[in-house]
Amino acid sequence: MSSHAAHADAHAHPAIGTYLKIGLTLFILTALEVGAYEVVHRGQPAGFAHLLEPVVVPVLLILSAIKFALVAMFYMHLKSDGRLLSTVFVFSLVIAAVVITALMLLFAYLHHVAPTKVPGGP
Amino acid sequence: MATTVREAPPSHEPEPTGLWSWITTVDHKRIGILYGATAFFFFLLGGLEALIIRLQLAKPENTLVSAETYNQLFTMHGTTMIFLGVMPLSAMFFNYMIPLQIGARDVAFPRLNAFSYWVFLLGGLILNSGWLIHAAPNGGWFGYANLTSKQFSPGLNIDFWTVGLQVLGVASLAAAVNFFVTIINLRAKGMKMMYMPMFVWMSFITQMLLLLAFPVITVALILLMIDRTFGTHFYVPSGGGDPILWQHLFWIFGHPEVYILILPAFGIISEVLPVFSRKPLFGYAAMVFSGAFIAFLGFGVWSHHMFSTGMGPFADAFFSMATMLIAVPTGVKIFNWIGTIWGGQLQFKTPMLFALGFIAMFIMGGLSGVMHASPPADLQQTDTYFIVAHFHYVLFGGSIFGLTAGAYYWWPKMSGTMLDEKLGKVHFWLMLIGFNLTFFPMHFLGLNGMPRRVYTYAAENNFGFWNLIETVGSLILGLSFVVFLVNIWRTMKSKTPAPADPWNGATLEWSIPSPPQEFNFAEEPVVHGRDALWEAERLAGGRVPEPQRVSGKGIHMPNPSYWPAVAALGVATTLVGFIGGLHLPVSLTGVVILFLGVYRWAFEPAG
Amino acid sequence: MAEHAHALEHHTATGIDSRKLAIWTFIGSECLFFASLIGTYLVYKGRDVIGPKPHAEWLLNGKVQEQMLEIPLVTFGTALLLFSSLFVVMALNGAQRGNRRQLITWLVATICCGVFFVGMQVFEFTHFYHRGMGYTTNLFSSTFYTLTGFHGTHVTIGLIWLTSVLVVALRGKLPPEKALNLEIAALYWHFVDVVWIVIFPVVYLIR
Repeated sequence: MSSHAAHADAHAHPAIGTYLKIGLTLFILTALEVGAYEVVHRGQPAGFAHLLEPVVVPVLLILSAIKFALVAMFYMHLKSDGRLLSTVFVFSLVIAAVVITALMLLFAYLHHVAPTKVPGGP
Repeated sequence: MATTVREAPPSHEPEPTGLWSWITTVDHKRIGILYGATAFFFFLLGGLEALIIRLQLAKPENTLVSAETYNQLFTMHGTTMIFLGVMPLSAMFFNYMIPLQIGARDVAFPRLNAFSYWVFLLGGLILNSGWLIHAAPNGGWFGYANLTSKQFSPGLNIDFWTVGLQVLGVASLAAAVNFFVTIINLRAKGMKMMYMPMFVWMSFITQMLLLLAFPVITVALILLMIDRTFGTHFYVPSGGGDPILWQHLFWIFGHPEVYILILPAFGIISEVLPVFSRKPLFGYAAMVFSGAFIAFLGFGVWSHHMFSTGMGPFADAFFSMATMLIAVPTGVKIFNWIGTIWGGQLQFKTPMLFALGFIAMFIMGGLSGVMHASPPADLQQTDTYFIVAHFHYVLFGGSIFGLTAGAYYWWPKMSGTMLDEKLGKVHFWLMLIGFNLTFFPMHFLGLNGMPRRVYTYAAENNFGFWNLIETVGSLILGLSFVVFLVNIWRTMKSKTPAPADPWNGATLEWSIPSPPQEFNFAEEPVVHGRDALWEAERLAGGRVPEPQRVSGKGIHMPNPSYWPAVAALGVATTLVGFIGGLHLPVSLTGVVILFLGVYRWAFEPAG
Repeated sequence: MAEHAHALEHHTATGIDSRKLAIWTFIGSECLFFASLIGTYLVYKGRDVIGPKPHAEWLLNGKVQEQMLEIPLVTFGTALLLFSSLFVVMALNGAQRGNRRQLITWLVATICCGVFFVGMQVFEFTHFYHRGMGYTTNLFSSTFYTLTGFHGTHVTIGLIWLTSVLVVALRGKLPPEKALNLEIAALYWHFVDVVWIVIFPVVYLIR
């Protein structure tokens, strides 16, 4: 492994060892995500499923957010690149999140607080 | 995969002028002229559509055009003015002036620049091709669902609209990437972001808006296209779909879009006022931050276009407050413009007249805009001519006055000739009078209940008097453009030569010959502060001598190429295959052409 | 003052190559594209009365059907896509260090993973179609196929791009000085992976 030589470089690209560790982490996080889904889906083990069910949505979103950040920071090099690129990406993500959240809130009102009868709908 | 380069020709060799040189050009100045000429043509087309509308409305129960034709006219007038008029006219200035103002030789991606133009041209042609079969788009420029569904719009009209706009979207996105990177990366040595000309700043913010807003309308249009082509129910209630989704997606794009339409004009005004007041722009930093704040906030107000759709009190209140808030940074700008001219040595040349007209007209448009921000008030105003008055004051009184100021201001630089001042003043006064006659009475008509988008009205409504005044006003407006055309025609014949710096300008474009040589700057400039040319003149102790044309020996410029045009044809052909249902052979051919164009572009041999 | 041919690329006010900044700018724009599609999916989620449901039993001609989404298959595809991101950074590392063998091996591995992912999706779509979910069947079907279909299209374009880079590498024309060409393709590829990292839980795992 060339970890030492790579880290000596000012604009250090992460070493291959780091890439592999990130890869393994991503795999494990995915396994946890699917595991959480299966536990809630099957309702087994019963006690754990009972605990997990009310928080499974935030848990899944947090797990995927961590995966997202790992790929962005390490595989896409944002951690070691200049701040400009991170700013471009993060700003876009913020607006993207605003759009998704706003749509969900606006339609939640329409569907649950003040729904109108629509043929074919609930 | 880099742009190929070659040495610029010696200065005394005339630049090639044939059609082929224009088709293969990657020079930002030529591309700017292409945008300008094409956009001006479409602008006149949109103006003609407006005149026919005004003639139809001149008296009650008029029969000049049918209701169906009227629908096509107002749809195309709006769509044309926004997408084929104001936006590409702004693009003309982005293309021509941004590299000059930042001291660069060209944009970051010259072939991508050419690609953007050709895609724009094809998109504009597709959008207007419906006229040939009397099936021009007819669902309004905002295309509300589910009027635009296959059930209620079975003809090809809406297909021309969705396909044309998608093609135009590709052009805008490609150009936005290009200018975003150019402004960040290609600034001359010493030109920090906070030393950039205000036109460059406002254009920079505009590119960010384009990048974030256009994908949303792209999705909105794709879903509409899929509904119409494959029978899905994204916007169709009978299948569970909700037409409101269209409105949200459209306006999430649509509101940033209006800032895309006005910010470049803000930038132009911020260039013209200082030069013709012989004073630097007042409050530079505040202008930058207010522009950024307007753009950011602009993403949070879109549902003020939807106050009548029953979103509920919380949403109404939120969007209302956010909309009112936007008036604050806008007000900051207006005060700063006034602060710029205050105490200045005012030169009332034509560009300055249009800039001053802009301030007055934009304030009026802003005032009516703030009135719409209140949901209960807006419930009276929405879908009436009161709204039509508002947006014409900001879009015409704002954007068009601003772009016209830019046209007169930069004409000498782009053409090497001077427009006639007297005719310019006639143009201004006719335009100011005609504009106000046309649009001011719309405030009254709207409050008196005249609805939008109606092809006629009953005599008993008593709308006839003001409508007639407005029609007369619109004819005066049309006349003002005739004066402009006469001015251009006369100038092209007489060719009064323009010096490099006819206005005693503050920014770098005035430091090079008019028109500039292909490589722009003989030597790449080094900048020491804002208003780089005034700064350089201050350091030199006075005006700098008239720059000479020099040999371009040793300066490497990008090679011309026709592959961007080929790729553009590929994009257009792929999407045209969706008009009137999916015609797979057409779209697949388009994909092949696109791949061919892109691959040859990417692998063009260097040098 | 003479300028060298590639000054356009290297001499930037920020020190960041313009092409790299451009791909990130494009990626930022694409975030909004996928946000709109994901937003549409979420807005219509759970709104269907008839037709296939993602996580619940549904009726087809009076007969009870299993939930439409099949987790094991797509989990496998998700893992493939994640590994492909790892493989492409390994390939890039090889390109940057001039190790042609490493570059080509891992680039081939990346493309294989991507091809299998698309294959998985094609299989999934076909299978769903045979189980009774066409494109226009209901809102879930339309939003599902549109969202994942556009993602799959992006993957396919990424594969074509990576394959072109592979061909250049095989011809020996990807020395360390040109590693940026792979880096840019890799950034696009990672983005496509990152979008899937969002789609996978939102569509498949969250009920």
